[in-house]
Amino acid sequence: MARKSKASVESTEVLSGENAIQNKEIEGLSQGQIVRKRFFRHRAAVVSLFTITSIVLIAFTAFDWKIFGAIKVPGWWKWTPEDLPELRYGDCPNDTVGCPTISLLPKFLGGQGIGLGNHPFGQDDIGRDYFALVMRGTQRSLSVMVVIGSIAATLGVVVGSIAGFYRGRVDAILMRFVDFMITIPVIIIGSVVGYRYGNLGAVFLAVLLGLFAWTGLSRLVRGEFLSLREREFVDAARVAGATNKRIIFKHILPNAIGVIIVSVTLLLSGAILLETALSYIGFGVVPPDVSLGLLISQYQDSFTTRPWLFWYPGFFIISIALSINFIGDGLRDAFDPRQRRRISKKERQDSATARKLAQAND
Amino acid sequence: MVAFILRRLGVLGVILMGSSFILYNLAAISADPLADLRLSTDPDRDAKILALTRELQLDVIPPLRYFLWLRGVLGIFIGQPDFGTGRDGLAVLDSLALAIPVTLRLVAAATLLAAILGIMIGIVTALRQYSRFDYSMTFIAFLLFSLPVFWVAVLLKEYLAISFNDFLREPNIPFNWIIGIGLASGLFWASVIGGSRKTFWTTYVVAFVASSSLVAVLGMTGWLLDPSLGPIVVLVLSIGIAFGVTQISVGLGNRKALGASLTIAGLSVVAFYPANWVFDNYASALNIFLMVCALITTSVFIGLAFSKIDRAPIVRTTIITGVLSANLVLIDKFMQTWKPYMQTDAINYRPVPTVGERNDLLNSPDFWISNLDVITHLFLPTMALTLIGFAGYIRFARGTLLEVLNQDYIRTARAKGLSERTVIMRHAFRNTMIPMATILVADFAGVIGGAFITESVFAWSGMGTLGLQAIRGQDLNLLMGVFFVTATMAVLANFVADLLYSALDPRIRVGSGA
Repeated sequence: MARKSKASVESTEVLSGENAIQNKEIEGLSQGQIVRKRFFRHRAAVVSLFTITSIVLIAFTAFDWKIFGAIKVPGWWKWTPEDLPELRYGDCPNDTVGCPTISLLPKFLGGQGIGLGNHPFGQDDIGRDYFALVMRGTQRSLSVMVVIGSIAATLGVVVGSIAGFYRGRVDAILMRFVDFMITIPVIIIGSVVGYRYGNLGAVFLAVLLGLFAWTGLSRLVRGEFLSLREREFVDAARVAGATNKRIIFKHILPNAIGVIIVSVTLLLSGAILLETALSYIGFGVVPPDVSLGLLISQYQDSFTTRPWLFWYPGFFIISIALSINFIGDGLRDAFDPRQRRRISKKERQDSATARKLAQAND
Repeated sequence: MVAFILRRLGVLGVILMGSSFILYNLAAISADPLADLRLSTDPDRDAKILALTRELQLDVIPPLRYFLWLRGVLGIFIGQPDFGTGRDGLAVLDSLALAIPVTLRLVAAATLLAAILGIMIGIVTALRQYSRFDYSMTFIAFLLFSLPVFWVAVLLKEYLAISFNDFLREPNIPFNWIIGIGLASGLFWASVIGGSRKTFWTTYVVAFVASSSLVAVLGMTGWLLDPSLGPIVVLVLSIGIAFGVTQISVGLGNRKALGASLTIAGLSVVAFYPANWVFDNYASALNIFLMVCALITTSVFIGLAFSKIDRAPIVRTTIITGVLSANLVLIDKFMQTWKPYMQTDAINYRPVPTVGERNDLLNSPDFWISNLDVITHLFLPTMALTLIGFAGYIRFARGTLLEVLNQDYIRTARAKGLSERTVIMRHAFRNTMIPMATILVADFAGVIGGAFITESVFAWSGMGTLGLQAIRGQDLNLLMGVFFVTATMAVLANFVADLLYSALDPRIRVGSGA
């Protein structure tokens, strides 16, 4: 009862009426619910979430999985990157070989009907199915991205929060180290490390890259901790006798989680671009393994004659990076308490009429 | 202030030492310069290994070897820096001296272009917040963010260079292209200008007709093979520039500023033939520099002559107009060079190059032809870097301007009845530029690192190529040389950005409490 009267006092104080609409929407919701609600209103972010989920599902279910070496889960795609089917001759434009069989134009529009065909993305020089290669590349690039992201996120959050919370000498030492690391361009570190250890496998490479990618995040987290630890609720908790551990995990971290999640998504999209760039200049994933950057690098010379070898891996890199960027944008909007949604004309009118009615009733 | 700068420089020195120590050890552990020798079946293999070990001091463990390297580098302070020798036998310092100007040229062009375009579009998106233009630009910015630079570079090579060169052989612009360009430009201008539905469609039609007929005329007259502006077009464009600059800078209501701008614009056209005479007979960088100086002095005098009170804005407007309209004369000269440039044997009617930073076969003594060659080589890599870079500027300029527009002093400015132009250009835009300026400087350093990939795709022999060569050849000295230059620039750029911030923003005082 008390709460309701407070809300109504507030809403009469607010002149514009926009705040009233916003406040009414989040009345009685938990922080998580508010964030979720705001996120799902961001149309581009929701579309992106759907896109990235589909890419992950399609790529990771394409081939056979062996669980514990015994149970075999069959993949849905007929070829694997190791298969060597017969190269498609003949019916390709400009006397090329291994052209894509995917067709998106329905029959009544003069196409061949919607269908994947035998080799939807075509075949490479020796006849390997390019769809299978792109799927394997997507798997590699996605896993490298996730590994880099999770290692960098963990390190960044731990270092940043320790430095920000304890301040003093610990902070000075950690942040000087971050200063040193941040001066070295990631592409140089990545190249140095990747050139030597790229042949040890994509996951190993990703772990190493993750060890160097956390610096920016740690600075951000430190700044957030520095400002949050001076707030009244932290003082209150300390006076009430809370331990440092409890203050960090129960009071500060939940308040910093918005900043962390947003920058981790940006870190992820940076990571996939880094991996593909490194693989492209030959310092990342090395053959016979497959990665999206590597595929582009291997077939860029055949662009003039067989452009599909270039388009499809690029399309997947862009879709993944773009989706993650949009999800990050949606999350930023969702977590930002100052973020005001654009109020549509109709809602404004509704609220105005409601107010007029209320005044008339008074 | 001096004490502050000195202290900061000291800290920067420490940071540089720390990061170079980390990278040196990392690279020394990862690289094995003896690897290919070990595998060789040469009879004097062991002797060679010994010789190389002695030469590269491989018997010293990396953390200590770093200090040997550092001793050479610290020679900078006594004027004798020694970055060691690369494995190709060249002094690292010499390789760097060749590579630095090449990279700087690329990075400067790309950063500048990205910043100007990005800030302009960012401001328009902020002023049209939540419009269709805003949404589509946001989408484009995110798309550009997500593009791998090597992918864009290969696309540009294929479609802009090779296809454009093919097209230049028979430059007939097909009809659907004319219509398409018209439609696109109509959409662009109509969305930028915005307004009611009626203004939208009027702008759309005007822009459509103007640009498609322009493209059609250019195609029919073979302008692309022998472009030029000529004094008439220069005159018309200069008058347009005079009006535009005056409107944006002080408003058309200021008749004195308008008069001064129109005078300097007219003067640049009067100077068209004399300037071309100088260009033809005494072309050199020094002479062009002198002409720019003369131009600016004239602008200042004209501005002063026209104004009595409130002189600074009028002089500023005059200078901007003067520089822009004089640029038209320079651009016209380069356009006139286009035809002789294409006719040279080295170019042979394929003017857009895909590799290298200059055409070695082109041995022209002509100042204009060799400079045009540099410009055409800059074309594709700059575009690749700009496309990737300017997305960030769009987002940043938009965010900053929106934040500024929400401030109380903007409301005050509007409330006291200032024109929208004054509110946006004087009160909002200037405050937006403070963080933008610092970002620009920091970005400049960042792009140097980012040019690694671009340089490798376009086969430029700049710092990036040198760095890749160092890593592939396990060449520690060369790698450290490249890193040292890149890192010094990055660190100094951040320092300059800090100083700039405090110089531009009176709320921030350097040295207080630091």
